[in-house]
Amino acid sequence: MDLINNLSLGFGVAFTVQNLIYAFIGCLLGTLIGVLPGIGPVATIAMLLPATYALPPVAALIMLAGIYYGAQYGGSTTAILVNLPGESSSVVTVIDGYQMARRGRAGPALAAAGMGSFFAGCVGTLILAAFAAPLTEVAFKFGPAEYFSLMILGLIGAVVLASGSLLKAIAMIVLGLLLGLIGTDVNSGVARFSFDIPELTDGIGFIVIAMGVFGYGEIISNLSVKEEHREVFTGKVTHLYPSAEDFKRMTPAVLRGTAIGSLLGILPGGGALLAAFAAYTIEKKTKLKPGEVPFGKGNIRGVAAPESANNAGSQTSFIPLLTLGIPPNAVMALMVGAMTIHNIQPGPQVMTSNPELFWGLIASMWIGNLMLVILNLPLIGLWIKLLTVPYRWLFPAIVLFCAIGVYSTNNNTFDIWMVAIFGVIGYLFIKLGAEPAPLLLGFILGPMMEENLRRALLLSRGDWSVFVTRPLSASLLAAAALLLVIVLTPAIKSKREEAFVED
Amino acid sequence: MRIKSQKDFFSGLMFTAVGAAFAVGATSYTIGNGARMGPGYFPLLLGILLAILGAVVMFKALVVETADGDKIGAFAWKPLFFIIASNVLFGILLGGLPSIGLPAMGLIAGIFGLTFVASLAGERFHFKEVLILSVILSIGSYLAFIVLLKLQFPVWPTFITG
Repeated sequence: MDLINNLSLGFGVAFTVQNLIYAFIGCLLGTLIGVLPGIGPVATIAMLLPATYALPPVAALIMLAGIYYGAQYGGSTTAILVNLPGESSSVVTVIDGYQMARRGRAGPALAAAGMGSFFAGCVGTLILAAFAAPLTEVAFKFGPAEYFSLMILGLIGAVVLASGSLLKAIAMIVLGLLLGLIGTDVNSGVARFSFDIPELTDGIGFIVIAMGVFGYGEIISNLSVKEEHREVFTGKVTHLYPSAEDFKRMTPAVLRGTAIGSLLGILPGGGALLAAFAAYTIEKKTKLKPGEVPFGKGNIRGVAAPESANNAGSQTSFIPLLTLGIPPNAVMALMVGAMTIHNIQPGPQVMTSNPELFWGLIASMWIGNLMLVILNLPLIGLWIKLLTVPYRWLFPAIVLFCAIGVYSTNNNTFDIWMVAIFGVIGYLFIKLGAEPAPLLLGFILGPMMEENLRRALLLSRGDWSVFVTRPLSASLLAAAALLLVIVLTPAIKSKREEAFVED
Repeated sequence: MRIKSQKDFFSGLMFTAVGAAFAVGATSYTIGNGARMGPGYFPLLLGILLAILGAVVMFKALVVETADGDKIGAFAWKPLFFIIASNVLFGILLGGLPSIGLPAMGLIAGIFGLTFVASLAGERFHFKEVLILSVILSIGSYLAFIVLLKLQFPVWPTFITG
C-alpha cells in the first residue's frame, strides 16, 4: 500500500515532541497575528518567515504550516467577528459568519469554521497521499480556454452570492474585473488607467479594497445609526459551541464543501478561492429545512461549507505545486521560498528524490491543522469577549488596525490615501444597495481572466468558437448557462427573493 | 418620468458612468484584435458591458414599481468625514508630506491623531476615555508591530530621532 507507506514515512519524520512544539508555537503566532484585521496569511507568513531560517528543514516547514493554518483561521475569526475579510477566500465567510455574530452566535460560527476546516484538512491530506500522481493528469487537461470558462462559471456562481438584484450583482462583478485591470499590463508593459501615478502601476492592492469597502464602509454605516437603534450585535451570546441541531445542519455542508474543495484545489491558480465560492453557491441552492435561518442572515452552513472547501482546496493545491512546479497561490509561493532557503527544490522530483521531506511536509500540514483545533476551540471564549467591548472603543481600534495593515503591506502612505477613497466608495455602495462581495471576486479574477482569454484566443488565432469546441470548456460554460437559467427561472427567482426578505 | 427606485437608478448611473469612462480610457491604448489583443481590448469590452448593464439597471429603476421608492436616504456626513479624515491624518502624521515640507511625526503621534479624530465620529466624545484608549492602542501597537513583528515604521518624529 503506497498510501500507508507514504503517510507512515511522513509521520515518522514529523511526529516528534520537538516538532509538535514548533507546530504549536507557529500556530499560536499565526493566530495572534492573523486575527489583526488587514493582516492575512500571506503577510503573516512573510513576517514570520525569518524566524524559521535557523531551524532544521522539517521543523521549519512544520512551523510554517502551523503559522499558515493559524493565520488563515485568525483571518476567518476577524471575518466573522468584525466583518473584515483578511484574505480573498474569507470573503464568503463574511456573509453568513458576521450575521451569525450579530445574532449572538459567534461561538458556533467560529467552532463550525474550525471543525469544518479540520475535517476537510484530514480528507485533503488523505487524497493528496493517495492520488497525487493520477490527479496530475486532470490538471494537464486544463488549457487557457478551460480556465476562462471555469472563471465564467465561478463568476456566475458569485452572482447568487449577492442578496439584492441580479443585474446589479453582475454589474458589480464587471466593475471588479475592471478595477483588477488597473496597473501594468503583463503582455505589453503598458501601465493602464494609472494616471501617471507610479504606485498605481502595480495595481490596487486587494487589502486596500477589502479594508476600504468592507471595513470603513461598514463602520461609517454603523455609526450613522443612532446608538440606541444600532444593531451591531443584537443577540446575547447564548452558546459558545454549536448545538446538536447545528451539527446536524453543518455536517452535510462540511462534506459537500470538502468534496468541492478537494476537486477544485487541484487546478492551479486560485483553486481554493473558487472552491469557497462554489461551495457557498451550492449550499445556497439546496433547500432550506423548516425553521432554518436563510442564507445571508446567519446560516451556519454558509460558514461551514466555504471554510471546509477552502481548507480542502489548500491541501490538494499541493498537487500542482509538486507536479507542475508552479505555486497555486501566494501562500504556496512563500512556502516554495522557504523550501528553497532550506535547499529543497520544489517540483516533480521532490517526491522521488526527497521522499522524507515531501511526505514529512504533508504530515506537517496535517499536524498544523490539528494544532489549530486544539488551540482555537478553547480560545473561542476569548474571541467572544472581544464582542463585549463597547463599539465606541472598538471602531477607532478597527480603523487603526486597517490603516496599519494597509501601510505595512508596502510601507507606503499611498495605500492609506487609497483606502480612504475606497472607504468613501464602500459607503456609497451601501447607500446604493450594491453588494461588495461580487466586486471583490471580480477584482481578484480580473487579471487571470484576461490572461487566459488572451492565451486561448492567441492559440485559436482569434477564433472565439474555441470555448465551445473543446469539450471540457464547453461543459463548464454549459454549467454556467444552466446556473443562470435556474436563477432566472421565475419559480426559483421568487424563492430566491423569499430567502432574502428582510425580517 | 418618475424614478421608481432611487437606489437602483443611481447605481445604474454610476455603472454607466464608470463603464463609459473605462471604455473611453481603453481607446487610448492599443486595441488589437482577437488573436493579438492589445492592452485596450479587454478593458474596452468590459467597459462597454458595464455601461450597458448600468443602462438596463437605470431603465428598470424607471419602469418597475417599488413599494417605497427605494430612497437612498440622508448621507451620514459626520461619520463619513471623521473616519476618512482620521485615516488621512494617520497617513500624514506617520509618513509626513514631503511635498509641503511636513516632517514625519511617526506611528505614536499617528495613533493619537487617528483615535481622537475617529472618536469624533461617534455620538459621545469623552476626552479622558479617548485619551486612555489612545494610550492603550499606542502601547499595544508598539509591542505588537514594532517589538514583536519588527515592521519598518517610523515610530517617533524625525526631528527627534534625526
